[in-house]
This record gives sequence, structure tokens and C-alpha cells, in this order.
Amino acid sequence: MASKREIHINVPVLTRVEGEGALEFDVVQGVIQKLNLRIFEPPRLFEKFVEGYEYDQVIDMVARICGICPVAYQMSAVQAFERLFGIDPGPWVRDMRRVMYCGEWLQSHALHVHLLAAPDFFGFESAIAMAEKHPEAVRRGLRLQGLGNDLITLFGGRSVHPVGVRVGGFYKAPAEEAVADMVKQLEEALPQAEALVRWCAELDFPHDEQAFTSVALSEPGEYAIGSGRLVSGQGLDIDISHFESHFEEFQVPHSTALHTQLEGRPYLTGPLARLNLNFRQLPSPVRAVMEDCGIHFPSHNMFHSILARAIEIHLVIYEALQLLQAYERPGVSAVQVRPQAGTAFGCTEAPRGFLWHRYDVDERGDIRRARIVPPTSQNQARIEQDLCASLESFGLDHDDDALRQRAEQVIRNYDPCISCATHFLKLKVSRR
Amino acid sequence: MNSTKPKLAVHKFSSCDGCQLALLNLGESLLELPKYVDITHFAEAGPNNPNAKVDVALVEGSISTPDDIERIRQVRENSAYLISLGACATAGGLQALANLADRDAWMAAVYARPDTIETLSSSTSISEHVKVDLELHGCPVNSQQVIAALADLLAGVNPVSERQPLCMECKRNGVVCTMVTKGEPCMGPVTRAGCGALCPSLGRACYSCYGPAETVNDGALAQRLQSLGLTPEAVARRFLFITSGASPFRDAGLRLRPPPLETDE
Repeated sequence: MASKREIHINVPVLTRVEGEGALEFDVVQGVIQKLNLRIFEPPRLFEKFVEGYEYDQVIDMVARICGICPVAYQMSAVQAFERLFGIDPGPWVRDMRRVMYCGEWLQSHALHVHLLAAPDFFGFESAIAMAEKHPEAVRRGLRLQGLGNDLITLFGGRSVHPVGVRVGGFYKAPAEEAVADMVKQLEEALPQAEALVRWCAELDFPHDEQAFTSVALSEPGEYAIGSGRLVSGQGLDIDISHFESHFEEFQVPHSTALHTQLEGRPYLTGPLARLNLNFRQLPSPVRAVMEDCGIHFPSHNMFHSILARAIEIHLVIYEALQLLQAYERPGVSAVQVRPQAGTAFGCTEAPRGFLWHRYDVDERGDIRRARIVPPTSQNQARIEQDLCASLESFGLDHDDDALRQRAEQVIRNYDPCISCATHFLKLKVSRR
Repeated sequence: MNSTKPKLAVHKFSSCDGCQLALLNLGESLLELPKYVDITHFAEAGPNNPNAKVDVALVEGSISTPDDIERIRQVRENSAYLISLGACATAGGLQALANLADRDAWMAAVYARPDTIETLSSSTSISEHVKVDLELHGCPVNSQQVIAALADLLAGVNPVSERQPLCMECKRNGVVCTMVTKGEPCMGPVTRAGCGALCPSLGRACYSCYGPAETVNDGALAQRLQSLGLTPEAVARRFLFITSGASPFRDAGLRLRPPPLETDE
């Protein structure tokens, strides 16, 4: 039976997450009574800054919400304005944006898998410490991350807050030689990505099945990244413009990031949710490696998130290669834009889950009002729910250090980006 | 333990984490870094000793809460050399736009219970609170800037920060002027160089993510931009953008801007 000792744990900072947060929970008679994932990244009020600015300026402003996934912010915004203005930038722009987005998934997932998550599985404090014992794995991760950054840079000039995307297309199409060089690098990376999936499949995953609802974008002909309808494992299937009638955002006292619920309940967004809903759309070579490793989706074990990221790394390298192999530089890289007044909706799959934007725009294309719902704030309620179940099944009689480590690992499964959600972890457990 | 290597800390305040990526995006070179420095604190990468004494502290983010003020004083006390990184740490960041508006009204528009959230009424640079030894500009700073500064310090040389306007960098790189050839409303003449002339090399106008250059002739540029067809309000928006907390841009923008931005109705 659980002890009746009174214990107080306080871990001042959760490391290896993007941003600042803390965790506190009370254990009474061996049961978790209250558990708060506290996010106290100071609010930056982005939704208000963009008011009065021009639609193309907004593309560069919202990128600044997150240094890890700026492309996602740019893509959701650009999609919103193009939908409202009735612009179809054509297949070339659509394909090249998908390639650029593949670059962001690649760098973000490779960073998370190797630098943030893997040290937990091998018992190291950091990837730099892990590199001494597992140099090849860490080097592979850093190479893949670098390739993702190079892919973004190809279209955006730099990987953090890139400058290439505009409403209507791109500012400039990359030169054919630069693309040919990238194709060579992607070809070399493909076997590395396969090896990464096999490496992750061998990890020692805790058994921790939980019931939860997955939500992701879904497209009929492809594994959804830059567009699609919002679907859930429980039958939700809506146009992104109907988000607000099904999802509710609200403030809780212990977080500067708003919480979100679907029909009054927590849900999961991110790589595991995407694979659960869309694994049938993975290209066959990617599925073949997965099946060869004995990996099956859907999965309701959140520790499989690292595996989901590895599979998505394989996917994006494969996709980028397919889309760039026949690259021809177009005469123009963007179509004409004529702004229109109205309400613009945009939604794309950021590395951590879907990222929803709404803008009220006037006839000049200036922003009157904005609303942005990032993936980490959506996952907060699910993380709290997961922690309660996961820590109880892990065993609350473990010592404080073991509990803290387990809690951090559970939280890292979500790769929370607290800069996005507003950002990190202090742990406070009180047991009575 | 090798105690002869200099100790390095990376601290984060209010920011997007993008400037820390100048280190995390180094690729395999990241693994070389521990040969030269002991990374004592870098929470996003793992090491967590925020209060350790260090030789060099890299500081990302702006000061926007009462706790931040205490924390940055502590960082200063513990660090022999302090480098502030990026637009947030050197000018308050994009979020300094709130300094020009009614922040309370903004908080109320985003949060149902703004009273439960502790913030200051402004977002400010590190140098407004403590002495800073070197400022590296950019939104974000790039790896080259950060590594060059660290390498200089390791070599016992005083690092320097870029001061010239972007126009000089365009000329050096042979980039065609977007303003002269295409009439683009380029901020290059008043913007600090150092990015590699990224936007002009893609054929677009510079939007000044590196902030003001050492000397800023904002009047002449504002006139030129208006002659290209921009309204004074649109010119103001270009000064009051990524680094609205930097005084040359703040003053220029406020001079051009008609009464405060309407927020609807």
C-alpha cells in the first residue's frame, strides 16, 4: 500500500522541452488528488500585435511565435489568406510548400527524437552526455536535423524565421543546381531514416495503454501536412472553418496557455494522433519498413510517440525526394494577389500537431482581429490526464526522483513547445 | 572534470527559442562545443544549473515579468561576460509592440482572468536592466554570429558586433537593389547588416529583422517609401515591427503613425 509519509518534491525546471513550465501534484492516501501542468511562459499577446498589420507582414510576425516551428505558423497563415482571397497558387507552389514543410518536420522531429527524448530511454541527462556512449546515433540525429534545416533554407534563406513564403507563392524559386544537390543529400539520408525507424522500434517502451481521442487533419490522397479536414477517431469530420463550434478554449489558473477541449473532453494532437488516423496513407516503402519492424498503428501507448516521429522522419525524406526529383524551375514563383475583406481560416499540421488560425481581414488586407490555437495548448489537458493515469500505473510509491523522471518522460512524449503555447517544468509533489 | 575550460550558460527569457537554435542547429559541430567550453546551464539541451558561476552567459529573450528582473540580476552577478542574443534580448522583441498599446486591454482580450497572470507593463531589452558586454542582433541571430563571438572570447580578443547598414552587405554580396530596380519598400538603408542580405537576395524588401544600424536617417527613408506609394501609416508599420523597442525605430514610427492603432469598433 502507498505510504503515508509526507513528501514534498520541487524540481525547479523541466529540461529538454521547448519553453518554461512546472508540474505539481498532491498524493493523498496513495491517490493523485490534484495535478497541474503549470505553464508560466510570459504571455506575448501575438493575437493582438497583428491587428492593423498587412497580410504579408503577418506571415513574418506569426513565425516569431516559435523558433522551432516557424514554417507551420507561416503555412497556416498563408493558407488562411489564400482561401479568403480565392487564390489558387497552383501545383508547383503546393508541392514546394509541402517540401519546405517536410524540412520543418524533419528538423523538429530529429531534434526531439535525439536531443530531447532519446536520453530518457538510455538514462542520460542530455544528448551531449549520450553522445559519448552512442556517438553514431546522436550524429545521425544531428545530420538529419541539419538536412531538415537545409531543406527549409532552400526555400526560405534560413531555417529559423525563413523569409521565402508569401501569399500567392514564394518570393523566389530555388535554382535547379541547388535542388539537384538537395536531391543527392536526400538520397543519402533515406537509408539513415530507415535505420532510425529500426533503432526506435528496438527501444524499451513502457506498457501504458490509455483511452484517448486522436484529432488530425486528413486528406484523401496523401498523408496530410499542409491542408485537409479535421477528423477524429470518434467520427468528427469537419471543414477547418467549423473548428470553433466543436472546440472550446478556456483559461485555467495554473497556466498562461489556454486549454482546449473537443466537445468538453481532452484530446490528442501530434505525430501519434496523425499516425493513428492516417497510417493507411503512408507511402508503401515507408509502411514496408514499419511492418518489417512489427510496428502497428493505431496505438494508444503515448510512449510510441518517439516511434511515430521516426516514421514521419522516414515519410518526409521520402516525400521531399519524390517531389524534388522532377524539379523544374518555373517562370514565376507567385501568382497575383487581390485582397478581399472577410474571415480567413487556416489549419496545417505543425510538427507537434494541428495549428489553427483565424483572421478577420478588411478590404485592404489589413488584420482586424486574429485567433491562433497552437498544438501544445491543445495537448495540455490530455497531458494532465495522461500524467494522472501514467504515474498511478507506474506506482506512486516510487521515490520522488523516479517519479519526477517518469513525469518528465511522459510530458516529453508530447514534445511540448511552451513558446508556442505561450513554454517548461518545475515539479512539486506533496503527499499526505 | 576539466576545470580549465571556460564555463558557458544559456539563459532564456521571453522569446520564441529561435536564438538558442543558433547552437542547437550547429549539426555535428554541436558535439565539438564541449571540447572548448563546459556547458553548465542550457535547459533546453539538458544541463540545468541556472545559478552556477560562469565565464560567458548567452541570454535570449526579453524582460517581461517581475521574476525576470530578479533572474537577470542573478545571471549578471554570476557571469563574467554577458552576451544578449537577438531582437528580444536587445530590443524587447516583437512583443515590445505591447509597450505602445494599452497592454491591460490586450490582456483582457486574450485571457478571461488577466489578474491571475503576473506581467510587467512592458517588454524590455536586457541592457535596460543590467550591464551587457556584447549585443548580437538579429531575429534570429545566426550560428555564425554566436560562434564568431565565442571564438573571439576563447582567443582572448574582444568580439565586435556589426554596425553598418544592410545596403553595404548587398553591395558586398553583389545583390541587386530591390528598391532601385523594383520599387520595393526596402528597410535596408536603416537596418543593421549581418543576415547575409537574405531578403534582397530573394528579390524581396528587407523588413528589418536585424534592427536599426548605427546611424539611421529615418526621415529620408520615410520620404522615399512614401514616394513609392506607401501611406505614412504603412511606413510606420515598417519601423514598428520586429524591433519597435529600439529607440531610433520607435521614435520614427511614432512620428509617422496617426493616433494609436484602432482595435476595431
